[in-house]
Amino acid sequence: MSDFVSSGWSVFVAAITVVSLLACLALLVGASRRKVMAGDNTTGHVWDGDLRELNNPLPRWWAILFVLTVIFAGVYLVLYPGLGSFSGQLKWSEDGQYQAEMKKAEAELAPLYAGFSGMTPQALAGDPKARAIGERLFVNNCAPCHGSDARGSVGFPNLTDNDWLWGGTPEDIVKTITNGRVGNMPPIAAAVGSAEDVRNVANYVLSLSGSPHNNVAAELGKAKFVVCAACHGPEGKGNTAIGAPNLTDKIWLHGFGEETVVRAVTQGWHNEMPAQAGRLSEAQIRVLGAYVWSLSQSTAPAAVAR
Amino acid sequence: MADKPRVISIAAEPEGGAATVSLYTSGATIHPRAVHGLFAAWRWALVWVTQIVFYGLPWLTWNARPAILFDLASRRFYIFNLVLYPQDFIFLTGLLILSAYSLFLFTAVAGRLWCGYACPQTVYTEIFMWVEHHLEGDRTARIRLDASSWNANKLLRRGGKHLVWATIGLWTGFTFVGYFTPIRVLGASLLSFGLGPWELFWVLFYGFATYGNAGFMREQVCKYMCPYARFQSAMFDHDTLIISYDEKRGEPRGGRARTADKAAIGLGDCVDCLLCVQVCPTGIDIRKGLQYECIGCAACIDVCNGMMDRVEYPRGLIRYATQRSLDEGGEPLTLRRVLRPRVLVYTSVLLLIGGAFAVSLALRPPLRVDVVRDRGSLARLVDEGRIENVYRLQVMNATEATQRYRFAVGGIAGALASTRGETVLAPAEARWVPLAVQISAEQARSLGPGVHKIVFQITREAGDGESEVTVDERSTFVVPR
Repeated sequence: MSDFVSSGWSVFVAAITVVSLLACLALLVGASRRKVMAGDNTTGHVWDGDLRELNNPLPRWWAILFVLTVIFAGVYLVLYPGLGSFSGQLKWSEDGQYQAEMKKAEAELAPLYAGFSGMTPQALAGDPKARAIGERLFVNNCAPCHGSDARGSVGFPNLTDNDWLWGGTPEDIVKTITNGRVGNMPPIAAAVGSAEDVRNVANYVLSLSGSPHNNVAAELGKAKFVVCAACHGPEGKGNTAIGAPNLTDKIWLHGFGEETVVRAVTQGWHNEMPAQAGRLSEAQIRVLGAYVWSLSQSTAPAAVAR
Repeated sequence: MADKPRVISIAAEPEGGAATVSLYTSGATIHPRAVHGLFAAWRWALVWVTQIVFYGLPWLTWNARPAILFDLASRRFYIFNLVLYPQDFIFLTGLLILSAYSLFLFTAVAGRLWCGYACPQTVYTEIFMWVEHHLEGDRTARIRLDASSWNANKLLRRGGKHLVWATIGLWTGFTFVGYFTPIRVLGASLLSFGLGPWELFWVLFYGFATYGNAGFMREQVCKYMCPYARFQSAMFDHDTLIISYDEKRGEPRGGRARTADKAAIGLGDCVDCLLCVQVCPTGIDIRKGLQYECIGCAACIDVCNGMMDRVEYPRGLIRYATQRSLDEGGEPLTLRRVLRPRVLVYTSVLLLIGGAFAVSLALRPPLRVDVVRDRGSLARLVDEGRIENVYRLQVMNATEATQRYRFAVGGIAGALASTRGETVLAPAEARWVPLAVQISAEQARSLGPGVHKIVFQITREAGDGESEVTVDERSTFVVPR
């Protein structure tokens, strides 16, 4: 009822509900008696010349059922929300039920997770039961962005390689999942210089990883890399403390090539990993973190030949 | 009705005027007289068969678990060797269609056989009436007891009856819930007062429903609630066996001396003993012809045959007959009459669906797979310009052994499927398996951008004594622009 600002609507709806219920009852009583033509026990209705309606009374319990539905409706409306904005004597609400069910589920899961609490992330990653839970948690919570196979997509990091924006220890991963991360690359073309300078520095960046680039431009851009080095480090190795990517490997979060790097320098990037603390419990995050960590430990996924 | 001339009344009020009456009346209790005979014996045989199956099945053990168990919480349905998933719902649909067509077929040929002999409403009513008969006596004794004032005798008999009824009802409810919770576990938790709230609710609900329907509602369930009773007119035709009173032979009815010559006093075979009315569980007079209330229990046939024997008239004044055999004479069920189009159509549809049902059940693979494209990404470019698509395969182990699976992909030459680690599923486990498919840059170029068909081959590896089983599941592969 939050759509209606005035309480008048609530009263209006409640009044309609009550009047309708009473009208049902009145109709029931009113229509329960009928004029019957005396003598032949028919109602006097005739169709098709000779088809007559016999008075064939229903059992009384049938009528009582009708009355019971009206009584049920009355009791329901007193106990549960339904009468305008009246929230009912039981104070039931969808949200309350959700919270209660979550609480119940948590209580049921507590002993399961209690068994995991003493285990190190490495031990958790090796435990088949914990892994299975971690996998389910991943598929339900992480896969929408990072992909079902955790290998990410453009803009969403691959979690199965050894390249970590914010650090790849189990503790780092748990921190990332719990609090989320905000990666911000500011547009710094102005600090770099002209459009030409930006192109040159882009080529220098590509040269760091041995990706295809223009040698001359890269040489010219080297000096301008100081601007980038503030975050990515003088050697372009990145900085996991602030989520600055390593530029010397061939892993490109936002795509590959000169144009993409130029775009990053001129327009910047803003990436966000949402915090999961409100959605997952601490125990769940530990299990999930260990699972994610384990993904980067076995390097090559087992390829199955045809 | 037939003896009165038909009066066509034109809405005008007849003399005597109109009275206002209630459209609801409290129906009189029907006290059917106990009956013995061929058809009663058939009904009791079916009571035994259906109830031994119903009460017995949950106790049967198979593979160290209940033979029949509908595990709603984990959504697995165990029927002897079968492990069914919710995805196998089509089999339930098939079963219901088979039941419906069987019902149509039996009804078209022989009327309300189901209602008269096998319907739970009839079966439980029969059991409850047996209890009633033994504690309160037969019809006349019960009518007397009904009318008598409350005394120790009435209290004892009535109380005993309700106690037995309630016990049967609760046992029925307990058995019913035993199909959904292993009945031994249920029994143990019942003894320790540890039933779950829903289990308790359903035991009581089914107990109450049995007690109420078989003890009190009885014929009212058939008359006012059952939809099947209501479309009998569409099921019957002139060649359907119905319980019929042979009016030509019976009328004019009337009492007579044992020695009287019925021809001389101008009477038919019906001695008007009213036994057929007294035994009728729905309280109708079959001599008025076919009525929708008639559930085809044949109690009137049994009792009338007994009376015919006593008065030494031939049996069958009330008998299973068809409308045609009554009108034209002759045998009711001749081959030519039975094999009429509707019966042939019902039979062939029944055989067709039954065959398809049996074959698909027999060929049902021991695994089930659903392929879902990853929702996160359409396609991605990986090393050396290779194109990768990601899928989730829900692999369902429909056996009661641990199984190992492997995956392959066809439809695009050179496509390679990869999963992380081995896929081993516990008995009756279902799991999402992420799976990536790669094709080379050249292959992608030759296919061109767009959506291409691929086929996953999911293989259940050979285990002890079991051969390999491969299931094909279609999906698509996207090559980006």
